[in-house]
Amino acid sequence: MPALLTLSAISKTFANGTVALGPMDLSIQEGEFVSLVGPSGCGKSTALRLIAGLIAPSGGTVEFPQGRPETGFVFQEPTLMPWADALSNAMMPLKLKGVAASEAEDRAAAALKRVGLSDFLHAYPRALSGGMKMRVSIARALAAGPKLLLMDEPFAALDEFTRQALNDDLLALWAEDKLTVTFVTHSVFESAYLSTRVVMVTPRPGRIAAVIDQHPPVPRDASFRLTPEFSAYAGHISNALKQAMEGAH
Amino acid sequence: MNTVLKIAIPVGLGIAVIAAWQWAVTALAISPIVLPGPDAIARAFVSDFANLSAALWTTLRITIVAFVLAVVGGVALAVLFSQSRIIETALFPYAVILQVTPVVAIAPIVTIWVGYDNINAVLLILAWIVAFFPILANTTLGLRSADHNLIDLFRLYGASRWQILWKLRFPSALPYLLSAMKVSGGLALIGVVVAEFAAGTGTATGLAWLITLATRNLHMATAFAALVLLSILGIVIFFALSALEWALLHRWHESAIAKEG
Repeated sequence: MPALLTLSAISKTFANGTVALGPMDLSIQEGEFVSLVGPSGCGKSTALRLIAGLIAPSGGTVEFPQGRPETGFVFQEPTLMPWADALSNAMMPLKLKGVAASEAEDRAAAALKRVGLSDFLHAYPRALSGGMKMRVSIARALAAGPKLLLMDEPFAALDEFTRQALNDDLLALWAEDKLTVTFVTHSVFESAYLSTRVVMVTPRPGRIAAVIDQHPPVPRDASFRLTPEFSAYAGHISNALKQAMEGAH
Repeated sequence: MNTVLKIAIPVGLGIAVIAAWQWAVTALAISPIVLPGPDAIARAFVSDFANLSAALWTTLRITIVAFVLAVVGGVALAVLFSQSRIIETALFPYAVILQVTPVVAIAPIVTIWVGYDNINAVLLILAWIVAFFPILANTTLGLRSADHNLIDLFRLYGASRWQILWKLRFPSALPYLLSAMKVSGGLALIGVVVAEFAAGTGTATGLAWLITLATRNLHMATAFAALVLLSILGIVIFFALSALEWALLHRWHESAIAKEG
């Protein structure tokens, strides 16, 4: 089966001379949940932007052997339009793609229902909590029916309870929609709970230090956090992270 | 503090000051040439009603047209600036020069160019110059302050430059524009008044010229009546634009939260 996307010797140097990333080789299969884990400022976000096509690589290539998939993007901030209610925010990608208004509304409302916000369709962002705003942001990404979901530390600014609830919901959505997720985080436990594969990234310039490909059982739910497999997986990731940091100095 | 007190306290103070003023003018026998009492000003409203209302209409009309043109021109130029750094770099310094040069100093030159027989056009140009810059500066800033991640998201979903401008940059700039409009509305009125004084001959017929004329003839009550009208006009402009701001922003913008709380 061909990969969904392949990064070959990809690198990014910004105009001010900062080498942010690479060179990096990474291939992601359809249906994988891949986490990029590393310290802040290690070029993980840059990798996501390169995959999304928002910036061009300085070297190397981003290839999609099966064609560029429908792509959703979730940022660390909810990044909502404050002048639009939850429904209009979730409709934005569909409207930009030229989907008819009534169909866009139905699909956006369905997406909001899936993230538990069916009672808040006409709430403005300022009336929503941080966790709810992030749910709108996820619903917006889901509304367009993505095959590939790119998430840039989406839950880093949330409290632990909200973060765990959203982690559970994300896993369920990933399984239901057979999504391919590329997830950036600096939390070892979050990556251990969510991922089918963890890619350890070194401090700037970001390079792959290790790939932890251990395949704990899927599907998972909240009880997975209490299993020995989870502890072993998290410990493994934690050790690899430590080694990556030491190797960098 | 509740709403009733917020209104009652300043209104009560105003009534007290007017009463004290009336008392002082009568008790100290102050000449109406120096300071007319509130009663004399009220009588001037009645006796000079035709002159005052004609002058008010002239000033109001020019203020509104200058303000509308300032908004249209300021927003149009701001949109141009937001689309091209080169145009902004080329033109912005001249907009600043136009802004910092005192309008009183430009007035006689513009008057000569446009002509005394077109004095309303002179007032319009001068008021426009004064009112234009806050709109341009704030809207330019607002258009640039759109969330960069949202711009990326719009691009990811294939938005055109026009869609990004209209659906994203323009709503982001709206609070900035509305705030600038409150400043500009007042400035347009000030611009018309200053221009009338500065252009300085009998062909202007607005409230400022009425004040000039009345004080020359020592009709102080009429001058004060015109002054009262100018204040009311300024207050009405400010409240009308504040109401517009509230109507457009209260559902979503942070600035409206404090007022509700």
